[in-house]
Amino acid sequence: MKFTLNVWRQNGPQDKGRMETYQVDQVSDDMSFLEMIDVLNEQLIHQNIDPVVFDHDCREGICGMCSMFINGEAHGPGRGVTTCQLHMREFSDGDTITIEPFRAKAFPIIKDLMVDRSAFDRIIQAGGFVSVNTSGNLPDANATRIEKSHADAAFDAATCIGCGACVATCKNASAMLFTSAKVSQFALLPQGQVEASERVLHMVNQMDLEGFGNCTNTGACEVECPKGISIENIARMNREYLSVSLTTK
Amino acid sequence: MSSLNAHIPEGPLADKWTHHKAKIPLVSPANKRRLDVIVVGTGLAGSAAAASLAELGYNVKAFCFQDSPRRAHSIAAQGGINAAKNYQNDGDSTFRLFYDTIKGGDYRSREANVHRLAEVSASIIDQCVAQGVPFARDYGGLLDNRSFGGVQVSRTFYAKGQTGQQLLLGAYSALSRQVAKGRVQMFARHEMVELVVVDGKARGIIARDLVSGELERHSAHAVLLCTGGYGNVFYLSTNAMGSNVTAAWKAHRKGAYMANPCFTQIHPTCIPVSGHFQSKLTLMSESLRNDGRIWVPKKKEDAEAIRSGKKKPTDLNEEDRDYYLERRYPAFGNLVPRDVASRAAKERCDAGFGINKTGEAVYLDFASAIERYGKEDAHVQGIHHPTPEKIRALGEAIVESKYGNLFQMYEKITAQNPYKTPMMIYPAVHYTMGGIWVDYNLMTTVPGLFALGEANFSDHGANRLGASALMQGLADGYFVAPYTVGTYLADDIQTGKISTDSPEFAEAEKTARDRMEGFLNSNGNTPVEVFHRELGKIMWDQCGMARSETGLKKAITDIRALRERFYKEVKVPGKMHEMNPELDKAGRVADFMELGELMCLDALSREESCGGHFREEHQSEEGEAVRRDDDFAYVAAWEFADHDPGKAKLHKEDLVFENVKLITRSYK
Amino acid sequence: MSTSRGLFGTSLARKYWMALTGLFLCSFLVVHLLGNLPLLTGNQEAFNAYAHFMTTFPLIKAVSYLLYASILLHSIDGLVLARQNMAARPAGYVKYNGAANANWSSRNMALLGTITLLFLIIHLKSFWFEMHFGFVPNWTDAEGNLYKDLYTITVAAFQQTWYALFYVVAMLGLGLHLWHGFASAFQTMGWSHPRYTPMIKALGYGFAIMVPLLFASIPLYILLT
Repeated sequence: MKFTLNVWRQNGPQDKGRMETYQVDQVSDDMSFLEMIDVLNEQLIHQNIDPVVFDHDCREGICGMCSMFINGEAHGPGRGVTTCQLHMREFSDGDTITIEPFRAKAFPIIKDLMVDRSAFDRIIQAGGFVSVNTSGNLPDANATRIEKSHADAAFDAATCIGCGACVATCKNASAMLFTSAKVSQFALLPQGQVEASERVLHMVNQMDLEGFGNCTNTGACEVECPKGISIENIARMNREYLSVSLTTK
Repeated sequence: MSSLNAHIPEGPLADKWTHHKAKIPLVSPANKRRLDVIVVGTGLAGSAAAASLAELGYNVKAFCFQDSPRRAHSIAAQGGINAAKNYQNDGDSTFRLFYDTIKGGDYRSREANVHRLAEVSASIIDQCVAQGVPFARDYGGLLDNRSFGGVQVSRTFYAKGQTGQQLLLGAYSALSRQVAKGRVQMFARHEMVELVVVDGKARGIIARDLVSGELERHSAHAVLLCTGGYGNVFYLSTNAMGSNVTAAWKAHRKGAYMANPCFTQIHPTCIPVSGHFQSKLTLMSESLRNDGRIWVPKKKEDAEAIRSGKKKPTDLNEEDRDYYLERRYPAFGNLVPRDVASRAAKERCDAGFGINKTGEAVYLDFASAIERYGKEDAHVQGIHHPTPEKIRALGEAIVESKYGNLFQMYEKITAQNPYKTPMMIYPAVHYTMGGIWVDYNLMTTVPGLFALGEANFSDHGANRLGASALMQGLADGYFVAPYTVGTYLADDIQTGKISTDSPEFAEAEKTARDRMEGFLNSNGNTPVEVFHRELGKIMWDQCGMARSETGLKKAITDIRALRERFYKEVKVPGKMHEMNPELDKAGRVADFMELGELMCLDALSREESCGGHFREEHQSEEGEAVRRDDDFAYVAAWEFADHDPGKAKLHKEDLVFENVKLITRSYK
Repeated sequence: MSTSRGLFGTSLARKYWMALTGLFLCSFLVVHLLGNLPLLTGNQEAFNAYAHFMTTFPLIKAVSYLLYASILLHSIDGLVLARQNMAARPAGYVKYNGAANANWSSRNMALLGTITLLFLIIHLKSFWFEMHFGFVPNWTDAEGNLYKDLYTITVAAFQQTWYALFYVVAMLGLGLHLWHGFASAFQTMGWSHPRYTPMIKALGYGFAIMVPLLFASIPLYILLT
């Protein structure tokens, strides 16, 4: 297969950036999208052009490191996949493919397609944890029974891989799906209850400080989320935050 | 050859850890604030250790090359985590977990370490549940267990097929809490490129900020390497693209011994290689072998017809299929341990029965399971004379409920529907049991340098059992290192801040800088990736599932030649002081090329077959592994010498078994 | 990190106010529509009585201030949010396939809201302003009560083709705004439940079709009869 690639090139955060057009051939339909970029990069090195910088690591859809906005969609046209799981058979021979970085004020571009998503880490640092120290003397794991449906829903929320597709996709660059997934995980479990009020206030506050946009409930995030995290979590966070705001001193 | 002191505490096996903890020196809270600890790597071991040490009061600096600590490759572990909780009342105990792990490791691990691992396993589950890790639960609201890899109890805790993710996110949460408190300084997108040793003690690292390209000096009173395994020496593996040996190898070059580097786990059920540009192999969970039957065609002409696309697997009748695992190992059948299953697949493919384009794949077939489940379900539903279509539909639904996400993943990657046609699988490099030699306290041969998790060699012997890697990473990080690192630091309370202005830091930084500039100034024309691919092929062919003296010797020659060519012909674009992934990769591949040689050397010197290490010269008439306990019941710890990985000196740590009897593993 | 900011200033707080004012405005739409329906039957008396009641009854007067406040808050808050949202992505995508994952109205709420606001200003000028401050001829009902004859003014206005059509277009805009806005308000308030949310969505779609359709039918009816 052959493709024409329009790729965003940007030397650093201060650079204006521009689209560059490259041709790749010898692409097989079994290749993942990132392997196609590998082919492009080997070709660029031979041509004395700096290879395209992009984030990637596990290449099996779980680490959340790969990003890329492909043909106007986060992680490309596939559903329930990250870019590393997108295969070239999803495209037709001869297609022109536009590849951009995830764009948001809170995700500054480092170089080319690589962005800085440390804002997500800071949101977690603001309260995305249960405050228990390491101890060999905690209550037995089975001391508290947890209703299966709650445990399952908490798990579903907890499967977020922190890739940022929700922010990239959202027309407002909002981080509500990410933040609410972590708030929900703990809101659904008894372990999370003790700090529930503090958690939601601090995490939302940090989310605002980072410069993410607001949620307008378009639902685009849950469509593009590689892990299918539901906007039901956003409603839950809204509920938690409202009740805390109404009841705290 | 000298012998190594593992500092195993005296006393009966079951009391060693308790007694040791009771006797070790402590550091007072006021003094902890004056001590700095560096943690490299933020997977299960690293995140857990960094968080726990910070909670205790030490000043922690944590490093990872990814953009966030949450991305470490522990996240990709699927199946589960073992713990001797005996919640199922099926006879599990600390001793049984200890015994299974020693036996599964083919008697090449240290009794005391493994027993401690089994002892703390239950606390891990308590800790994780308290952190809010959403493990699978049953309808009564209690934790659920599944069984795994050939053991006779159900002791594996899991969170669907994403257990590693959930455990890592738990540890990452704990770490984040300490970052917020200022107890941990987090350095993401930083790679350790040198270890700094001052007066014989590990006192810091040189790290490269991967964004700016600057080299930074970081000092500490102790350095913990939690940097994972080195499976990427084979180029293709189930490891992440960035997983590398650099930190461990730099430590090795500075005096840390590498132990049993040739012990590699090849996982039998991975999606086969599809082409030259493939960058990574994907694992299909071991749990699939509970219901899938593995086969290849009986006749070579059928295999050829399938390879050329003239026949489909479903065209072959039962009598034309060779269910080779069931044939060779009737007692365990498709559920033989990983090493055995992998070798059997290789044997069939080498004999010409492989079934994909490359000839390196076998079938994992769910047709029988679908039919069996379908019939059962029809019976349950009271359908008396179900049509074959109805049975299929019912069976597929059951199989979907058990393995749905894996089947979906398979279909995404291969574009084939595994409900209708058998899966194609082939073994792939998955885990490295070998690693940096550590004593009972997880300290390496460099004082003040510790190694945790997959980076050390300690607990899995020659073969790791499923669901034990997560257990070991968290055990080391949460429950072992916080005690044992303190023991070491107790002598350092008077030392004060370690200066980074010493000649040792300057020299280490210079070494790193010179090396990188060397890559950038090389006038070659070949991308790094090409050399990595070549190295991988040598390693896979000669130091993979089967190894022989001639092959290993050839591999050593080939690797040395490749290394020479690499330094002459490599082309690394870009500059030093900028984001430059090709430069990062060049450094990692250069280290893999040195490690590869050491692995072959180790494999050559270990004249026996055990666990994942299979020497063709040491097999029975039926092709089974022959272990030689009289001569090889030791840990091979290699000391870097003469600036040449090939001249490493072997030190032996004899393994003493006082609590288990060494027997031959048999699955027939 | 101040917790007292919870109900003001934070992104979520602004959203709650949007949702609450939006839902309140929805309820007003219903009342307004019920009052206007007599126009369809040519019932001059009922309509003028309704207009009189709405401008003079004390409780309604009090509620009307709440209404004005809601309109202002909904508009200003909406504009602030829209500005923040634009600032959250200073450099836009070269290619953005919004249609792949969200419907058109949900992506254009600010635009639809602005259209509705412009309509409202013109609408208020035409009727509300005239009723309160302008000149409206007097009209006496059968029992001799004196009313302002808003009916005649309204009918006269809608007999102008361009004016009636402007109303129809504006109602289309309002319908699209409600198409997303109605259920969205519930989501924002966190009033979400697997069992009831589908019903709320259905109700929202019904509301978004029926209310603007009935409103639009009035000028069309007057124009065509």
